[in-house]
Amino acid sequence: MDPVLLVVSIMVSATPILLAAIGEMVVEKSGVLNLGVEGMMITGAVMGFAIAVGTGSPLLGFAGAAVAGAALSLCFGVLTQYLLSNQVATGLGLTLVGLGLSALIGSNYEGQRAPSLGRLDIPLLGDIPVLGRMLFSHDVMVYASLALVAAVWAFLRLTRAGLILRAVGEDHESAHALGYKVVRIRLAAIAFGGACAGLGGAYVSLVRVPQWTEGMTAGAGWIALAIVVFASWRALGVLIGAYLFGGVTVIQLNLQAAGTTLPVEILSMSPYLITILVLVIISARGVHGAPGSLGRSFHASS
Amino acid sequence: MDDTLLRLRGLTKAYPGVVANDDVSFDIGASEIHALLGENGAGKSTLVKMIFGLVQPDKGEMVLEGKPYAPSKPSDARQSGVAMVFQHFSLFNALDVAENVALGMETPPPLRDLARQIREVSEAYGLPLDPRRTVGTLSAGERQRVEIIRCLLQEPRLLIMDEPTSVLTPQEVEILFQTLLKLKSEGTSILYISHKLEEIRTLCDEATILRLGKNVGTCTPRDVTARQMAEMMVGSSFAAPEVRGGEAGDVLLECRALELPAPGAFGTPLRELSLEVRSGEVLGIGGVAGNGQDELLSALSGERLAPAGAIWFKGEDISRKGPVARRALGVLSAPEERLGHAAAPNMSLTENAVLTAARRKELVSGGFIDWAAAKGFAEEVIARFDVRTPGPGVAARALSGGNLQKYVVGREILQDPSVLVVNQPTWGVDAAAAAAIRQALLDLAGQGAAIICISQDLDELMEVSDRFAALNEGRLSRAVPVAELDIEKIGLMMGGAHDMEVAHAAG
Repeated sequence: MDPVLLVVSIMVSATPILLAAIGEMVVEKSGVLNLGVEGMMITGAVMGFAIAVGTGSPLLGFAGAAVAGAALSLCFGVLTQYLLSNQVATGLGLTLVGLGLSALIGSNYEGQRAPSLGRLDIPLLGDIPVLGRMLFSHDVMVYASLALVAAVWAFLRLTRAGLILRAVGEDHESAHALGYKVVRIRLAAIAFGGACAGLGGAYVSLVRVPQWTEGMTAGAGWIALAIVVFASWRALGVLIGAYLFGGVTVIQLNLQAAGTTLPVEILSMSPYLITILVLVIISARGVHGAPGSLGRSFHASS
Repeated sequence: MDDTLLRLRGLTKAYPGVVANDDVSFDIGASEIHALLGENGAGKSTLVKMIFGLVQPDKGEMVLEGKPYAPSKPSDARQSGVAMVFQHFSLFNALDVAENVALGMETPPPLRDLARQIREVSEAYGLPLDPRRTVGTLSAGERQRVEIIRCLLQEPRLLIMDEPTSVLTPQEVEILFQTLLKLKSEGTSILYISHKLEEIRTLCDEATILRLGKNVGTCTPRDVTARQMAEMMVGSSFAAPEVRGGEAGDVLLECRALELPAPGAFGTPLRELSLEVRSGEVLGIGGVAGNGQDELLSALSGERLAPAGAIWFKGEDISRKGPVARRALGVLSAPEERLGHAAAPNMSLTENAVLTAARRKELVSGGFIDWAAAKGFAEEVIARFDVRTPGPGVAARALSGGNLQKYVVGREILQDPSVLVVNQPTWGVDAAAAAAIRQALLDLAGQGAAIICISQDLDELMEVSDRFAALNEGRLSRAVPVAELDIEKIGLMMGGAHDMEVAHAAG
């Protein structure tokens, strides 16, 4: 097995989950539990695919996917933040809506091929033998996703806006008493999470596969949700979780192709099992740090 | 005083069904510690929320340093130099001290500089605090320091403190007072909200007293006695208690030097608490909120088990029996917190009836709930206590506070208790319904039950009680027949004079 090809395919396989998980982490940090990640991803996948095919530009496709994911998430936002509907039920509903909507939109696109997103060879670094091809010769979205993780980390850790966002998620009553706009901040976080999920979905349909089939995200959104929890709501943990899951997925596929004696079912199960196991071990040591107001509805009463 | 910092004129704020503030006017001078005094529900919190911009007044105006002042949000207030330390802290447990401070500031410096400033201010005012500690690990006193330092870093001209000592130990109170006096000497004015009279006499220069939302007077606390302030706070209007006939019967419930540690960080321990209540008698227990009322109720109801030998019912030691066993014996209780303690919010009134009355009203047979009987009982409570609701199938949370109060108290009264312990039985209930609840309590006593009525409404206690005792920091004063009480004695019993004889000698 070519190690260069292996690393490249791991990065490709991890990127959609990484995008969706880092977005959901920001949402949960603001105190909102949006279980609709899968629905927003698949909507992003079909919208990104349709726009890329229509315009011939994959980058426009990604932009459209982000907008579509954000729009869908704002439906969730209005329902849960203004109309105070239950976040769990609304999130599950969002997933069902997304799956249905994407099947409807995508029915005309089955079997078509998406315009490919060119590789971005980074000068100099890309010329390093082996390592260059392994790490510095990917499409732009891989770098964008890594930059996004770093940006989210810096935003939450170093900026005042990030501090306010964490405060809102920690205790919305106190944040309100200090004069922060809880609902508005949460809506912004929800929209960001939706856009990230949309990008992740579009990465599946435009780069990883790249074509449209119904239900093609195949549970990636749920894995993203689990990764956020097991990463203890930390950006670095999300990165590790996503790459671990992507890595095991690729390896087990290679093992299947190589025809090992292990049953296929166990191999298919392994990415889920190993990712959860490793993240449990990581989070068992440290503080868990679920945001204090996670999943609770906020209504300013005075 | 000539140099007025903040002038309040005719502030009025009404909420549906209640006027929280009615035409309140007073002045706060520069470098003055001004007390705002009043019983629970007198409108103190609403007033300071208006000053801090959390609530907008319906009428009236404020003038800060000669300029009109109408904050529409807390950041307006902060920019004008008004800072507030909340009664229930507005802190974030998972964040560290410096982050918490930054969140309460308009334009905080970078966190590293802020940490240094926090150290400097905390040393300057004798409030040691490590900016890197996570707030969740701090004690109540330390948390309050975080709030105070957050305010001090903005160099406020007016600092509002909402019942700052209610969660502090005496040593912490001492430190706090020194800090406040230092601030005053530096020219900061402080609006100090409390209902602890002795505290106000030691600390404050001026006091404004609110009663039922109205300003009923201003005084200089050092020049008046605790009794005079208590009179203004309570109003000397309450009806002279009439001596009720009827001999009290046998002792039904007795506490013998009950000691219980505080249930949590904000609880009050019960200290050597002794009481007895006889058949046909109502024992009224007064005192300022947070002095052990909830703890006493949960000790008597059996929610928290007491050490053996502490609580006796008809000569039987029930200290180690839980609530169900005590209910079966006839010791019933109705706690203060209606939603979540006295009633399950999302369950219907019928279901809530089953929760406490299952045994005594035989609503359960063979492990199955007799829903017809349960509904009948719920309807009986609704009819007898005039609970305004479409029917017994309605969820408890859908009822207004007063209506639910009528329901939870009525539910216990109709179970024919031998001993009934109620906490704030008429809190938030309109006058007519409150009278009905009180009458029902008296009727119950007339039928031979013993009643312990814990309340912060002195008028109510004077009306229903045969004997009166006051809770202060988990200690219960000697119970005195109501007929022998006057306003001075009540003030002293409530205001923290643990032993009345000593207090008399001193005053």
